[in-house]
Amino acid sequence: MNLSLSLFPLGWQHYLLGGLIIGLGTALLFVLTGRIGGMSTVFSSTWSYVLRRPFFQQARFVESRGWRLVYAAGLILGALVWWLGFAGSKPEATAVPVWQLLVGGFFVGYGARLGNGCTSGHGICGLGSLQVPSLMAVLTFMATAFLTANLAARWLA
Amino acid sequence: MSAARGLATLAAGALFGFGLSYSTMIRPEVVLSFLRFEDFGLMLVMGGAVVVVALVYKLAPRMLARPLLGDHFHTHPSAWNRDTAVGAALFGVGWGLCGVCPGPAIAGLGAGNWDLLWALAGITLGALVQGLRAK
Repeated sequence: MNLSLSLFPLGWQHYLLGGLIIGLGTALLFVLTGRIGGMSTVFSSTWSYVLRRPFFQQARFVESRGWRLVYAAGLILGALVWWLGFAGSKPEATAVPVWQLLVGGFFVGYGARLGNGCTSGHGICGLGSLQVPSLMAVLTFMATAFLTANLAARWLA
Repeated sequence: MSAARGLATLAAGALFGFGLSYSTMIRPEVVLSFLRFEDFGLMLVMGGAVVVVALVYKLAPRMLARPLLGDHFHTHPSAWNRDTAVGAALFGVGWGLCGVCPGPAIAGLGAGNWDLLWALAGITLGALVQGLRAK
């Protein structure tokens, strides 16, 4: 087995091309609007529509909540175009158990907001602007994610 | 938000969502196989995105006085402190458990993956609790 097959058993081209397209989306947002397009803030800023607490009413949430929702709608639209145009229209599904999606999701949401960023905020935008704190955040969540995923595979499978 | 800026934001998000789908990052199984060292594709996805973003974040403010549809180029400085460290560590635990991060949780819905609604609900609740606990 050659190296590329062992590192990328499903091929590598779609990963690289997809990554470049993700980068183009983030770059387009910046060139056109000047905004930094991480994805986790929308989960805090949207709560500002219904919750009066000072935390959610911070200017950084209230002033950005509109475009962040539009950006999130764009994500759904882009995936829809891929699904209908490129994926044979068979709906995506996952075999990951519901409790893992729900509990894992809870920690993803809590952690991303406490740490001020996720795989796109710290990963793509933070590393893209060469910020050392974001690099530290990425190394930290990669380490705990490797650990959790491997322990889960051993104990929960 | 002007119509042009709204449309630009939607188009940028659509590229992002298309890329997440095309690279199969909306499949939790693919993300988990990376985290279990079985398929290193996620490195190419992140690497490809970071290179493009780094170039544009660097060059655009030098070549343009302002964004084509905006007043100024924003920056988002990150800080390394206790919250960032604890938050990133918890984020990783959740990500390793479900294989879903915020972008794919949203984009996956566009590809008919209703299972991801559970992850989306979890993320939304997690962000709520974080905000309620914050000072």
